[in-house]
Amino acid sequence: MSSEKIDVRYVAKLARLALTDDEVARFGAQLGDLLEHVNALAKLDVSQVDATAQVVESRNVERDDIVRPSLDRETVLNEAPQRQGGFFRVPRIIAE
Amino acid sequence: MAETSKPSTYEAVIGIECHVELKTESKMFCGCPNAFGGEPNTKVCPVCLALPGALPVPNKAAIEHMIAAGLAFGAEVPAFSKFDRKNYFYPDMPKDYQISQYDMPLTQGGVVRYWLEDGTMKECRLTRIHLEEDTGKSTHAGSGDGRIAGSTYSLVDFNRAGVPLMECVSEPDIRSADEAVGYLEALRRTLQQLGVSDVKMEEGSLRCDANVSIRPVGSTEFGTKTEIKNMNSFRSVHRAIESEIERQIALVEKGERVVQETRGWDEVRGTTHSMRSKEQAHDYRYFPDPDLVPMEIARELVEKVRAALPELPLSRFERYTTRFGLDVKQATQLVDNLPLAQFFDAVVAASENPKQATNFVLGDLSRLANEHGKPVHESAVIPAHLAELIALVEAKTINSKIAKELIERMWRGDGSPKAIVEREGLAQTSDPAAIEKFIDDVLAANEKSVTDYRAGKTNVMGFLVGQVMKASKGKADPALVNGLMKQKLEG
Amino acid sequence: MEIIERSAAQIAREVNARTLSACDVTDAVLAHVEAVEGDVGSYVSVLHDQARAAAARVDERVKNGETLPLAGVPLAVKDNMCLVGTRTTAGSKILENWHAPYTATAVQRLLDAGCVPIGKANMDEFAMGSSCENSALGVTKNPYDLSRVPGGSSGGSAAAVAAFEAAIGMGSDTGGSIREPAAFCNLVGFKPTYGRISRYGLIAFASSLDQIGPLTRTVEDAALAYDAMAGKDPMDATSIDRAIEPTATTLRTDLTGVKIGIVKQFDTRELGDDIDHLYDKAYHDLQALGAELVDIELPTADYGLATYYLIAPAECSSNLARFDGVRYGMRVEGADVHEMYEKTRAAGFGPEVKRRILIGTYALSSGYYDAYYVRAQKARTLIARDFEAAFAQCDLIACPAASSPAFQFNAKSDPYSMYLMDYYTIPMSLAGLPALSVPCGWVTPAGGSSPMPMGLQLTAPLFKERELLSAAHAYENMTKHASAYRPSLERTPGGR
Ligand SMILES: [Mg+2]
Ligand SMILES: [Zn+2]
Repeated sequence: MSSEKIDVRYVAKLARLALTDDEVARFGAQLGDLLEHVNALAKLDVSQVDATAQVVESRNVERDDIVRPSLDRETVLNEAPQRQGGFFRVPRIIAE
Repeated sequence: MAETSKPSTYEAVIGIECHVELKTESKMFCGCPNAFGGEPNTKVCPVCLALPGALPVPNKAAIEHMIAAGLAFGAEVPAFSKFDRKNYFYPDMPKDYQISQYDMPLTQGGVVRYWLEDGTMKECRLTRIHLEEDTGKSTHAGSGDGRIAGSTYSLVDFNRAGVPLMECVSEPDIRSADEAVGYLEALRRTLQQLGVSDVKMEEGSLRCDANVSIRPVGSTEFGTKTEIKNMNSFRSVHRAIESEIERQIALVEKGERVVQETRGWDEVRGTTHSMRSKEQAHDYRYFPDPDLVPMEIARELVEKVRAALPELPLSRFERYTTRFGLDVKQATQLVDNLPLAQFFDAVVAASENPKQATNFVLGDLSRLANEHGKPVHESAVIPAHLAELIALVEAKTINSKIAKELIERMWRGDGSPKAIVEREGLAQTSDPAAIEKFIDDVLAANEKSVTDYRAGKTNVMGFLVGQVMKASKGKADPALVNGLMKQKLEG
Repeated sequence: MEIIERSAAQIAREVNARTLSACDVTDAVLAHVEAVEGDVGSYVSVLHDQARAAAARVDERVKNGETLPLAGVPLAVKDNMCLVGTRTTAGSKILENWHAPYTATAVQRLLDAGCVPIGKANMDEFAMGSSCENSALGVTKNPYDLSRVPGGSSGGSAAAVAAFEAAIGMGSDTGGSIREPAAFCNLVGFKPTYGRISRYGLIAFASSLDQIGPLTRTVEDAALAYDAMAGKDPMDATSIDRAIEPTATTLRTDLTGVKIGIVKQFDTRELGDDIDHLYDKAYHDLQALGAELVDIELPTADYGLATYYLIAPAECSSNLARFDGVRYGMRVEGADVHEMYEKTRAAGFGPEVKRRILIGTYALSSGYYDAYYVRAQKARTLIARDFEAAFAQCDLIACPAASSPAFQFNAKSDPYSMYLMDYYTIPMSLAGLPALSVPCGWVTPAGGSSPMPMGLQLTAPLFKERELLSAAHAYENMTKHASAYRPSLERTPGGR
């Protein structure tokens, strides 16, 4: 298990969180601390163990292909931070 | 590729990634309608808008469509599959992650077999087909041309968000633009005839990207590839790939290197251009979606879907070309038009005459269908009647002129050609005595033409034969008329 | 007994018998809410109009001959659950003004059973916290000592029920968020088996762990609320399709024939003499009720925290991506969409949420996924196996719900010390097991003036809710710890 320091700025970028320099330092230290604790897991031998994604086993939960009512558009757009006509409006999208 | 300096020394290596919207009543994870177009943001609900607290539940029909598509291409449908989250932010993706499949797709492997215009059979292996959900649609404003570059803001419509989408990834087995289009056509007609998608590029229900690289002929290594985007018709796929191959060859010939990048196809300029240089490695943080449970695909379900598969286009094509003797173009025309092909099959079954069936179906009937803007299978002509007509022609009961007239009348709804012929006495006149009488009358009335003929102007023959046919109301056997006329004029 | 103090069972009985109207109950509760909210701060929103309308409907239905299991019962809805038309904030600034256009399944089921929604209860932002101090929308105090926290994250629901501002509080529990505040506020807090109650309409924290459950003043009320909420929901693919056995009608008063496991790894001597004695007494009381105590081991329980603090943040980092300023909630404008995202999320999320998003993003990121996320999932398997092995030897497991009574505000400034509050509850969450906290006595914390409640945590195998509630009922019935003290609120009837 890794004990590297977290590149907080890179992670914050992935998570789309603007951080101040202060926050980078503070979160960096706190996350480092947490990782110390979490690294205890390295002591567990999990080589023969399957991963658990869902603790209660169920399979094939599906719905029939049936149309159900959609939401009223005004109700939906009333919550929009910015709308234009029937659309949600967002600032300029820049290709990555 | 005439302008390429050394075309024979390079070969292209092409892989294609397609996104195909599945045809279902409702979306992938919610009950909103899956339908093209409509007023923006009217087909949305808490689930496909990713409202806080909403949860996805998968659409059974979409999963069965995936199994059908996999089986059609001979792919493996594993016993176990699951959904994963692909995490990245984009304004038209409501959850800011896409429910997709990472390491356990619903189908793995498989082969797309297709043919080229000259009839060459080709094949392209599939890596996998996986199931995911579509995004919404952004309209870019402020740039004047609706493009993202230079736009100042965008408008988002989530009607398409959550529509079931299959992503079909090919191995790099394609070697030319022609092959790319052949592959795409095979994919399109197969998925369409399975009923799993409309596969309309113009409506965006089929979208594709091509990975293109070149290498010296004979080499087994791969060159640096570029990913071509923004192609919105098969024609633009063809042009884009040709242009990109040329660009890469020219670069290499100049001693430069191809840069790994995404390139956009410019339809107007006819060239590709760099969209983003050097992919910044995406970190999608895939992990199993904890809102969904794994799928165990019962073998009984797979067999049920297999049993319900229709005859696939490839097998139809082979049947038409090898058993019925159709040429590649004819067979393709039929294979690409399933209702017409089914009509054709019914005519063949009733007439046992594929050659005449091809002539009538692809000839007269298709012409009428074009003229009237109505498909053959929706017209008043039924396969049994066309088979009757074929039988009348084969028995020489009617000549081809009458046949043409009859088919027009059948189109208009006059019903059985046999009944018409009997009712109206349209059977061909093959009695030499009767024909001789017509000829004598015509020759008597056209002495000048007879003189002309005997003076060497033999082209009046056509006119005279025409007069005879007219006199017989078209019923005279034209071959017989020709023969007897010649005898009389020259005898 | 004053109307507001009556249990849900009592109120429902009387409203169904039409000796009391749901409207009268609602008016009494709303008046009391007015009186005590200034001190307690349980609610983010009080739903005066909706409550009165719902009460009138209940009275109408009863008048028409219906018998409703929770007729007229005042309900506190944790503010991470959608109720159509109400502001639903999840305790976050980013959703401060968001109005839900739909209702969570669990909420709807309680309303259908006759509950009257009094208000939306405060909580730690996105259910991340153990004290309710992480709410961006206000402070909730412990009704038993206003200088102390009510616990979290379902602190508002717990305080509301403890302060008689509701009879049933809806909570959600991801790593202890129902059980810990129940212990802190002298309540029964019940987290059913994962998947028993639909999560549809519950604003997700960690999808594979989140579970809705009730906070009540009696075990019977918890059972009634559970019976009304539990069961398959077609809108939640993880909700379990299994027959629900009603629990409220089968509550026992003894534990004859029940084997109760005491966990060797959870040594209460580490918690100080007072608390150690309190749990010793609790275990002896179980024995006195007829239970057989057996020593069991949960060797990997100690890894619970580490496992949880990878899995829950990983899931939350993805679940909370949708708060992006595009479709709803807060937006801070930016020059382009990415700047808008970054500014919106920076301004909208509090520090604890940011911490967890960062750690989760990191644990899933390229190069770390196997070492952190996958390893944690494997550790989760081991923890679940430990419980399986333990349940081969016993029917239920008893242990503390929290390592201390409610602490004072700002007592846990270091994040990890707050995370430790969930030490006893997290392993059960990871294993998906049904578990509850039931009042088990009082301790006066060092420097404190009033005795504070403690909770006994009982855990059952998957799907054994009936056995679990039954045992808790027997224990409650004999010990009656909850009624030993009353909330220290001026305006509470009979209070000091
Ligand atoms: Mg894709
Ligand atoms: Zn929808």
